[in-house]
Amino acid sequence: MREPILELKNVSAAYGRIKAIKDISLVVYPGEVVSIIGANGAGKSTTLMSISGVLPLTGGEIYYDGARIDGIAADLLPARGLCQVPEGRRIFPRLTVEENLDMGAFFRKDKAGIAHDMNRVFQLFPILLERRRQHGGTLSGGEQQMLAMGRALMSRPRLLLLDEPSLGLAPLIVQQIFRIIREINEADGVTVVLVEQNANLALQASTRGYVLETGNVVMEDEAGALLANPDIRKAYLGE
Amino acid sequence: MEVFLQQLVNGITLGGVYALVALGYTMVYGIIQLINFAHGEIFAAGGYMGVILISWMVAQGYPPFVCLGVALVLAMGYCALLAMAVEKLVYKPLRSSSRLSVLLSALGMSIFLQNGLMLTQGVYDRAYPGEMVQGGFEIGGAVVSYMQVVIVGITVVLLVGLNFLVFKTRIGKAMRATAQDKTMSALVGINSSRIISLTFAIGAALACAAGIMVGMYYGSVRYDMGFVLGVKAFSAAVLGGIGNITGAMLGGLLIGMIEVFAAGYISSEYKDVFAFIILIGVLYFMPTGIMGENVDDTRV
Repeated sequence: MREPILELKNVSAAYGRIKAIKDISLVVYPGEVVSIIGANGAGKSTTLMSISGVLPLTGGEIYYDGARIDGIAADLLPARGLCQVPEGRRIFPRLTVEENLDMGAFFRKDKAGIAHDMNRVFQLFPILLERRRQHGGTLSGGEQQMLAMGRALMSRPRLLLLDEPSLGLAPLIVQQIFRIIREINEADGVTVVLVEQNANLALQASTRGYVLETGNVVMEDEAGALLANPDIRKAYLGE
Repeated sequence: MEVFLQQLVNGITLGGVYALVALGYTMVYGIIQLINFAHGEIFAAGGYMGVILISWMVAQGYPPFVCLGVALVLAMGYCALLAMAVEKLVYKPLRSSSRLSVLLSALGMSIFLQNGLMLTQGVYDRAYPGEMVQGGFEIGGAVVSYMQVVIVGITVVLLVGLNFLVFKTRIGKAMRATAQDKTMSALVGINSSRIISLTFAIGAALACAAGIMVGMYYGSVRYDMGFVLGVKAFSAAVLGGIGNITGAMLGGLLIGMIEVFAAGYISSEYKDVFAFIILIGVLYFMPTGIMGENVDDTRV
């Protein structure tokens, strides 16, 4: 068996007194695309924020790349290859597109490498090149999602956490975003954890999936098996 | 016309100094939404450190510009460290408390620092060495002293330098990113504590330079000089749109001009009043200031 790149062991986290996730355990292996699906409020974003070190755990352990990372300051993780594109994209609204991308590579000092990666992002998302001197806040939702992903790629991630990349976007843009997710997974070997309300879309792009309900993992399986599961189809795929 | 020109020269000199102090208020507000009441005291501490260093160096016989240059650099470093210490010891532990708690501790810090100055430096005015920069020249009937030229020159260098730092360098980008979204800046690897500390340091260094220049301009410093000037500079920051760097510079210049013209044309007794009238007026009629909300580009 391969070594997992990410492992959550009985992780719990809370906002104040409200328990958001309880005893979540999950494993992600290098090269996988793993989706976490579930209804609104099931704890999907909380899980990602806990992994990223933004939300302190109330219990459990998180291992990344063989080392324990819970309790480590969030700002130290990008340099270790763990990067998140959070819900709502969180573009820096009054930084230009270029500046947003440069902030994605904040911890890096290799100027040539950064310039190379920025060109790569502009190749993946040509619209960003056109808009590079515009403020991030002036972009459309789809462009902001592209910028958020581009910014994450600037850190040369090995594990990319994507929170609701399809939220509020037109179907054509969603297709484009998911094509890019597949590309960075296959061509660059980036492992992806994908949180989505659009379960159909997410599972089709994934190798495996976890189903979250009210803060608990209620099911885990190969993506194809989840897609075929009648309960899942009924609860999350709108049948 | 002569009076007008003269006041214009005086207004630019004073306004630049207000701008330097206003920047510290606006930058700190931009990044942690705190009105740092202790900022005026950092300005006063800078004025004192300046007079101590300059007097000593002048007594050793160093040339005036060497004294001024060295004193500026050392005192700015001292004030930066002082402000970082205040931030770390007093404000940082309250980072997750209510904004009111931090505001009150800033007020307390202001009183503490002012009393500290009084106890260590005494309650009387302390004179700057008079022979620093002498003489001047005349343009169209207005007298421009070399001291004013030096002050405006230093101010311009500092303002241009700050603009470059904030808008052109990577650390400046990180400062603006942190001001806009702390969680996201952590997610890209920015240590927001370090950025906040740096913001305090930069604001304090600018205020310190202002303190030294005010001391040289008026010839002396006093332990409580930070209070009135602090409120005026805060008014300038509000006038420009708090959190907006270009706004603070403009606001400072405007407040300086208004004060000087009011003193020249109305009454010098009332010159301090005008800054406060503006503060009240701006808060009442346009609380976002002249460069607030509508003009987004230069907010931190």
